[in-house]
Amino acid sequence: MPALISISRLGKTYRRGNQPVPVLLDINLEIEAGDYVSLMGPSGSGKSTLLNLLAGIDKPTKGSLLIDGVDISALPETELAAWRAANVGFVFQFYNLMPVLTAFENVELPLLLTHLDRKQRREHVEHALALVALADRMDHYPNELSGGQQQRVAIARAIITDPKLIVADEPTGDLDRNSADDVLNLMDRLNRELGKTIVMVTHDPKCAARARRCVHLEKGELMLAAAT
Amino acid sequence: MAWLYLLRLVVKNVGRNRLRTGLTMVGIAVAIISYGMLRTIVQSWYAGAEQSSAARLITRNDSSLAFPLPVSYAGDLRKIDGVSAVTWANWFGGIYIDEKHFFPQFAVDADTYFTVYPEYKISPEALEVFRHERRGAIVGAKIAKEYGWKVGDQIPLKGTIYPGTWNFTISGIYTGADDKIDETQFIFHWDYLNETVKAVLPSQADNVGLFVVNLLHASDSALVSAAIDSSFHNSLAATHTETQKAFQLGFVAMVDTILVAIQTVAYVVILIIMAVMANTMAMTARERTREYATLKALGFSPAFVMALIAGESVAIALIGGVLGILITFPLASAFHAATGHLFAIFEVTPLTVLLQLAAALFVGVMSAIAPAWHTSRLRIVDGLRAVS
Repeated sequence: MPALISISRLGKTYRRGNQPVPVLLDINLEIEAGDYVSLMGPSGSGKSTLLNLLAGIDKPTKGSLLIDGVDISALPETELAAWRAANVGFVFQFYNLMPVLTAFENVELPLLLTHLDRKQRREHVEHALALVALADRMDHYPNELSGGQQQRVAIARAIITDPKLIVADEPTGDLDRNSADDVLNLMDRLNRELGKTIVMVTHDPKCAARARRCVHLEKGELMLAAAT
Repeated sequence: MAWLYLLRLVVKNVGRNRLRTGLTMVGIAVAIISYGMLRTIVQSWYAGAEQSSAARLITRNDSSLAFPLPVSYAGDLRKIDGVSAVTWANWFGGIYIDEKHFFPQFAVDADTYFTVYPEYKISPEALEVFRHERRGAIVGAKIAKEYGWKVGDQIPLKGTIYPGTWNFTISGIYTGADDKIDETQFIFHWDYLNETVKAVLPSQADNVGLFVVNLLHASDSALVSAAIDSSFHNSLAATHTETQKAFQLGFVAMVDTILVAIQTVAYVVILIIMAVMANTMAMTARERTREYATLKALGFSPAFVMALIAGESVAIALIGGVLGILITFPLASAFHAATGHLFAIFEVTPLTVLLQLAAALFVGVMSAIAPAWHTSRLRIVDGLRAVS
């Protein structure tokens, strides 16, 4: 399979006052299209930073980051926002749904940046909510849904634009075991049945084991990339 | 398409924290009411001057308005080039019932007064009755309505400048040519006043408070004023002549400092509510940092997020502003009624409403600038880490 993500000598350094704080050091990594990769490592290892860079919501200090042939580190902010809208689906630990919007409206949100008309958007949203088994909850507000259901709405939102890449930051971190299993099963299906490329940050070894590959980070360096 | 959605999101966000939003709206409404009322008070003070005729001069004693002029000056005034008509009036200052029931009373020349003041509309029949009734009085429609007066009613006034109880019979009721004309005046015969003064204080008889001079051409006001004053320069009582507007503004100038203070307070109130509103919007934006970061992560532009915050701020301010404007009208009526005839004209003008609306919009926009700018520049990763 061709590499969807090509990371070369990637580095990220933050500044705390005048002090440079290196977070990622010379990361080299390739992720193929359709792969399912978990990023593990202790707190402060740089896994979330790497995920943010892959998602295009942060910029590296050095190195190159090619996604489907596009060097996103070189894109200006406006183009990067458009690129994210078209290519990345986000799944956050705390779901990050808009509390004033229904499940339907939350899932519809990314489609507002496309040229789809209302009828087409409705079809897409209904399909996505059916996929996450929440078709009967589309008019519910987030506070009327359980944590697991909210995360499934977030997953529906992540796949609604049919992105190449889904990034998930601790997607089960706020869920009980059963809900977490539901979410992980759903992500399995997205990967195996729909061929979505997924990169997931997790602390949980059981969660990481669901991925095809596990990448370990330690103090900003890539330690190991192992098949699970 | 996203912008249409933005409006829906703005509306939903406005109703999100109902207590805080409601209190903010009430605060804005109070500020807008205060601004509207204070502006109306200031405008009412200037209303007399605004309605002055450009072709009308006031001639008074050069020393002070407190000193009279001989009524004999009227004949000399009529001879001056550029003068079309002359009349005179004395401030009476009587009390009806008690001091709280104030309305202006003037002793005037019955034959000429309503010719010089055509803006006071009265039927020829009533005017004819007035001219032939020594104790007759013409009253404004507003006070007639307020006290339930009708033609033929006997009205007693207790004199303050001119002691004693003065009885009048209402001969007619005048209305203003438009709604800006004062309809609270009580007008009666100078002859009636003068005859009584002549009997009691002969030395003060045959005097008038001021002359009102109508011009053939308004553009001649400066020349005619100078001509009048120079013709009486070496007389028993020198005169000071000015346009009716300048004369009215002279009264306003006596309370000029108070008016400036009132205007300042009106603007300070707006600034205070702007600070309160800015704080509310800053709190709102801070609470929703993660939501805004999520929107940006999904691909929405910083401009969209700015518009979301600004839209909410403007919506809250405008709703509060419109509420305030709607309340201003009945409040102004109540205030006018409560203050008796302190203000002859007390009207919330369209310009005031427009300025109230503009003030609300200004508060909404200005309050949103800092939080909208800050949020639009916030790094997505920092926003996503924010604790709701």
